[in-house]
Amino acid sequence: MSTFSLSEIATGDSAPSSALADKLRDVAPGIAAALAWAAFGAACLVREDVGDWSRTTDLAIAAFVIAGLVLIVGVAASHLGRAGSALRRRSPWLLALGVFLTLWELATAKYAWLPLPFFPPPQAIIEIYTDDLPKLLDSVVASIKLQLGGYLIGAATGFITGVSIGWSARIGYWVHPVLRFIGPLPATAWLPIAFFAFPTSWSASTFLIALATGFPVTVLTWSGVASVPTAYYDVARTLGARPWFLVLKVAIPAALPHVFVGLFMGLGASFAVLVVAEMIGVKAGLGWYLQWAQGWAAYANMYAALLVMSLLCSGAITLLFKTRDRVLIWQKGVVKW
Amino acid sequence: MVAAAEAVRAQCPGASIDIAHVDHAFDIDGAELKVLDDVSLIVEPGEFVALLGPSGCGKSTLLRLIAGLDKPRSGSLREDEVSIKGPHPSRVVVFQDPTLFPWRTVWDNVALGLEAQGILRKQRHRVDAALDLVGLTNFKNAYPHQLSGGMAQRVALARALVNDPKVLVLDEPLGKLDSLTRIAMQAELVALWQRKGFTTLLVTHDVEEALVLANRVIVLSDRPARIKADIVVDRPYPRHRGDPHLADLRRQILGLLGLEATW
Ligand SMILES: Nc1ncnc2c1ncn2[C@@H]1O[C@H](COP(=O)(O)OP(=O)(O)OP(=O)(O)O)[C@@H](O)[C@H]1O
Ligand SMILES: [Mg+2]
Repeated sequence: MSTFSLSEIATGDSAPSSALADKLRDVAPGIAAALAWAAFGAACLVREDVGDWSRTTDLAIAAFVIAGLVLIVGVAASHLGRAGSALRRRSPWLLALGVFLTLWELATAKYAWLPLPFFPPPQAIIEIYTDDLPKLLDSVVASIKLQLGGYLIGAATGFITGVSIGWSARIGYWVHPVLRFIGPLPATAWLPIAFFAFPTSWSASTFLIALATGFPVTVLTWSGVASVPTAYYDVARTLGARPWFLVLKVAIPAALPHVFVGLFMGLGASFAVLVVAEMIGVKAGLGWYLQWAQGWAAYANMYAALLVMSLLCSGAITLLFKTRDRVLIWQKGVVKW
Repeated sequence: MVAAAEAVRAQCPGASIDIAHVDHAFDIDGAELKVLDDVSLIVEPGEFVALLGPSGCGKSTLLRLIAGLDKPRSGSLREDEVSIKGPHPSRVVVFQDPTLFPWRTVWDNVALGLEAQGILRKQRHRVDAALDLVGLTNFKNAYPHQLSGGMAQRVALARALVNDPKVLVLDEPLGKLDSLTRIAMQAELVALWQRKGFTTLLVTHDVEEALVLANRVIVLSDRPARIKADIVVDRPYPRHRGDPHLADLRRQILGLLGLEATW
C-alpha cells in the first residue's frame, strides 16, 4: 500500500516538469535553426562588404524572413501536421545550413579571409541568378534538350539491343564481339572523330551521350534477360504462350530490375559526356556556361552554374528512382533514394 | 462394347495419354544419368492416375515429357492418338514450385493462360471463378511476395484450372499446404475432377493422398524409373481415410517402396 502511494507521488511530481522538458526538446531544434538563419542575416549587415555587390541587403532580408518562418513553423510544428513534422525532421539540416552560410558570408564578403575572386560570397551568386538569369536559363534548356535526346536514344537502343542478344543466340553471335570491343571504350574517346564525322556538333554530342548511355543499358538488359529462370518460360509455354509473348510478357518484365541498374549507370556516364561535349563542341548548355565563365574568371557564375547542374542531375536521378519504384512496385525491399 | 467405349470417349472432355517405351537420360558432366527406363503407360480419358516413387527417381521428368517441355531419348508420347510435339494448353502443368510471376498480381498470374491464348478480354469471368475456387478472391490484387507458400500453390492451381485443360498434370501441388488445407484441397480437387471430367496425372510422395484421390496408382522404382506396379483403386468417392481396403493397399504400396519395416 505504502509503496503504491510512493510511486504515485513520484510520478505525480515529475510529470509537469518532464512535459515541459519534452516540449522544449521538441521546439529547440527549430529555434536553433531560426537563430542560425537570423545570424546569417545579421552577418550580411554587420559591416560594409569588402567588394561591390548589389544584393547584400536583399539577402539579409531574405535570411530574416526565413528565420521568422522557421521559428513560427518550428514552435507550432505540433499543430501543423505533416508540414510540421517534415520541418522538424529537417531542422538539424536547416541549422547546419544557417551556420555554414553565416561563416561563408563572414569569410568572404565581410573579412575576406578567403581570397577573392575565387571564393565569391553568397550575395554574388544570388546576383547571378537575378541578373544573368536569361543566359543561365538558356543554358539549362539547351543542356536538358541535349541530355534528354541522347539519353532516350541511348536507353532505347541499349534496351532493344540487350533484349535481342539476350534472347536470340544468332543476334548475340554478331553483336557480342562488337559490344565487347567497343563498349568499354569511354564515349569521350570518340569525341574528336564524332565532331568531324557528324554534320553538327549537336548531333555528334547526342551520339556520344547515347553511346555512353547505351553500353551499360545493353549489358545489363542482356544479363537480365539471360538470367530469367527457365521455369518461367516453362510455365508460360505450357499455358500456350508463343515466342513473342515470352519476350514481351516474361523475359522483359523479369529483366526490368537489371534494366534499371543499367539505366542508372547510363545516366551517370551520360552526365559526364554531356558536360565534356558542351565544353568542347556545342556552344550552349551549362558545360559551355562553365567554360565561358572560367574564361572570364567569373567565379560566381561558375558556382551558380554548378549548383544548378547538381540540382538538375540530382533531379534526373530522383525522377528515375521514382519511375523505378512505380514500375517495380512488385519488388520488396528496394533502396530508397 | 467398343462402340460404347467410343461413345464414352467422345463425351468425356478428358484426353487419353499414351506413353510407349519411353527412355530418358540426362548428361551430367559427360556422364549419362539414366532417368526413365522403358516406361509404358496408357491413361484413359478422364482417369485420375497417381504416380508414386522415391525422391529423384524421375517423376518430374516424366511429367515434363508429357507436358511436351522436353523430348524423350526414345519412345513415344501421344495425347488422344496425336503425338506430343510441344507444350499445348490442353495439357496444363502445376509445377512442384508455384513459379508465380512476381511482377504480376495474383489475378494477373491466374489470367496468364487466357492472355497468352489471346482470349482474356472476353473471358475475364473465368479468372474470377478460378480465384473463387481456390478461395483467394480477397487476394487478387496481392503480389506473390505477399502470399504464404500454400496460398502461392493455390494460385498456381487456379492458373492451371482457368484454362479448362483436357489433361491436368500435377507435380506435388499440395506438398506445401498445411494438413487441414491439404485435405480440403484434395476434396476440392476430386469434386472438380468429377465435375469437369479432365484426365489427371498426379505426382505425390504421399501414399495416402494417392489412395484417397486416384483411380489408379502407378508405383515407380528407384532411378532409373521403371513401372513397378499398376494398382487399381476401385472405391467410390468420397473416400474415407479409414477404409480398410485402402489401408490394405497402403501397406502393399509401402512394401513396394521398400518401407514395410517402418510399418
Ligand atoms: N535438367 C536436368 N539436367 C540434368 N539432370 C536432371 C535434370 N532434371 C532432372 N535431372 C535428374 O534426373 C533425376 C530425376 O529428377 P526428377 O526431378 O524427375 O525427380 P523426381 O522424381 O521428380 O524427384 P522429387 O520427388 O524429389 O521431385 C534426378 O536425379 C535429377 O538429378
Ligand atoms: Mg519432382
